[in-house]
Amino acid sequence: MKEGFPAAAREALANSQLRRNLGHATSTIRAKRARVVGEVPDWEALREAGAEIKDRALRHLDVHLERLEEAVTRAGGTVHWARDGAEACAAVAEVARAHGSNEVIKVKSLASDEIGLNEALERAGIHAVETDLAELIIQLDDDMQSHILVPAIHRNRAEIAQIFHRELGVDVSDVPAELTAAARAHLRAKFLSVKVGVSGANFAVAETGHVVVVESEGNGRMCTTLPEVLVSVVGIEKVLPRWRDLEVMLQLLPRSSTGERMNPYTSIWSGVSDGDGPREFHLVLLDGGRTDVLADEVGRDALRCIRCSACLNVCPVYERTGGHAYESIYPGPIGAILTPQLRGLDNAPTLPWASSLCGACYEVCPVKIDIPSILVHLRGRVVRETGTPPTERVAMAAMARVFASRRAYEAAQRAARFGRGPLAGAALRPWTRSRELPEPPSQTFREWWRERGA
Amino acid sequence: MRAALFITCLADTLFPQTGRATVTVLERVGVEVDFPADQTCCGQMHANSGYGHEVTGLVRRFVRVFGDAEAVVTPSGSCAAMVREGYERMAIEAGDEALAAQVRGLAPRVFELSEFLVRHVGVDDVGASFHHRVTYHPTCHSLRLLKVGDAPLQLLRSVRGIDLVELPEAEQCCGFGGTFAVKNADTSTAMLTDKLRRILDTGADVCTAADSSCLMHIGGGLRHARAGVRVMHMAEILASEDA
Repeated sequence: MKEGFPAAAREALANSQLRRNLGHATSTIRAKRARVVGEVPDWEALREAGAEIKDRALRHLDVHLERLEEAVTRAGGTVHWARDGAEACAAVAEVARAHGSNEVIKVKSLASDEIGLNEALERAGIHAVETDLAELIIQLDDDMQSHILVPAIHRNRAEIAQIFHRELGVDVSDVPAELTAAARAHLRAKFLSVKVGVSGANFAVAETGHVVVVESEGNGRMCTTLPEVLVSVVGIEKVLPRWRDLEVMLQLLPRSSTGERMNPYTSIWSGVSDGDGPREFHLVLLDGGRTDVLADEVGRDALRCIRCSACLNVCPVYERTGGHAYESIYPGPIGAILTPQLRGLDNAPTLPWASSLCGACYEVCPVKIDIPSILVHLRGRVVRETGTPPTERVAMAAMARVFASRRAYEAAQRAARFGRGPLAGAALRPWTRSRELPEPPSQTFREWWRERGA
Repeated sequence: MRAALFITCLADTLFPQTGRATVTVLERVGVEVDFPADQTCCGQMHANSGYGHEVTGLVRRFVRVFGDAEAVVTPSGSCAAMVREGYERMAIEAGDEALAAQVRGLAPRVFELSEFLVRHVGVDDVGASFHHRVTYHPTCHSLRLLKVGDAPLQLLRSVRGIDLVELPEAEQCCGFGGTFAVKNADTSTAMLTDKLRRILDTGADVCTAADSSCLMHIGGGLRHARAGVRVMHMAEILASEDA
């Protein structure tokens, strides 16, 4: 991230196809979400409960994770602890190698994308096949995901038909049913032959050792039940203390993400069972910077996120720039607070400014993450810890001095009338490229008030 | 009833007509207006730009200047929100519990103009006349932090002669966002362009809002485009009368 968000956004904003695809897709999902959320009378209470459950999980994360390990082991699974992405990738590669498999089938998983699992497996001679339709499109096109839930949201049907024609050698029209049929034909052979499945998880229940995958297409059900071996890569913040916590989460997630009352497929399993599903189950618990996030008392609320993507769909910035401008698997408002914390502020210092602080994200967040406040907090950390341009610091300090004294403030107002001083807006060139500045009036309000009283 | 006017640095310096209109409207509905001249800026720009450490002094100043007021009224949703929703946290972050307690005492007496008129004074007809087609943009912080709801629209609907037309996708941000408009000028401009298109589609000749900063942004865009549509603060419409 050399130039960061402003430069990447500038490029994305010029893409008319992207603007049209995104504008259409986000407004459709927004309307669907609003409709199904509106029909739940206790939605606000559910949000409260969701936030409390995640906070409880995070407050005693160590305890819940060890309980999870115990429960998964008891159910016949194996737990691997991964400090970072490299360790997690190595664990997955090791399992695949142990089974002599040079191919794995994958359920859509953000954690695996976050750690670059596909690339790491490729280097180990193992090909990962994405089985989620949108992930498949991205993989075939050697593209990058631009949305948490709808990774190919930046593509329209016609573009997808072209990708299928080019990469799969099939002649399809842009009718969605034909496109999905082509993907199905390609994937079915993989589901039935590949021995190792890889997934992430939406939730992992400490009390019982259950792992939960929520999806729409049924590819996740295939990947978690057909292969001989299943490996799930799960961020440590995905743990829920109790089984009954799912009651709240499974109401919040589908309504917030796809705008459905219930998602078509919810796969829940615990370890292995005789005669049903994979013979081996591995759970890779990934830290990958999460304990660092936990150390920040304000920023840690970002770990509540259940990856619904409601904040992306309502964000006026995301709607225009799309996901690639955030240069992370986590785009949009949640990405702007998660990516700098997971990677370190030095590695994404412009992201906390990728927001007008309009607050639409906080309004829809099912676990009540106050994203605007965390953005402001992270801006403060960037200013204090990594440094901002000296010109900005000087201007901010000068203005702070002006506002600290009535005499200095009134003098600055008079100077601004002649285009001088800290209140004159001389540093506003990026503003005036597309917006005019108002002419300073001949009389300030306070001058008028004094005159009126006199 | 008495109210202390919190004019905001922006309206004081650049949009005095908004301040004068606010005084006119408040006095017309029988509110006695004070203007504590020691007020400067609430510190929102510093706070939202990562310079929160520069703001503690401004929080102290605000509490000193307005602490005794019966009510504090401002024609800016975002500045009211800064005091009401932001000051306490700033005081706590600065480790000043006594200041935080003072803020907690003062914050419930700080009002944005429309909510003060509708909910506190209890009027929606302030006796205004304005014979133009007008569209109203609900600014983000009025909407989502202060939750003023349709108080501004109640006031505007009662204006005689007004042709008030609904703004499509009104609740989308105009792209101002303080330093966002400069640091992310391209994205900000893209948001503004969509907002301007919706405004122009209404056929209104005036776009109004209850925040000078958002209006500076929208108005700056309209003027840059020579769109022939002007912006007016809600207070200026409410202050208008037939000659």
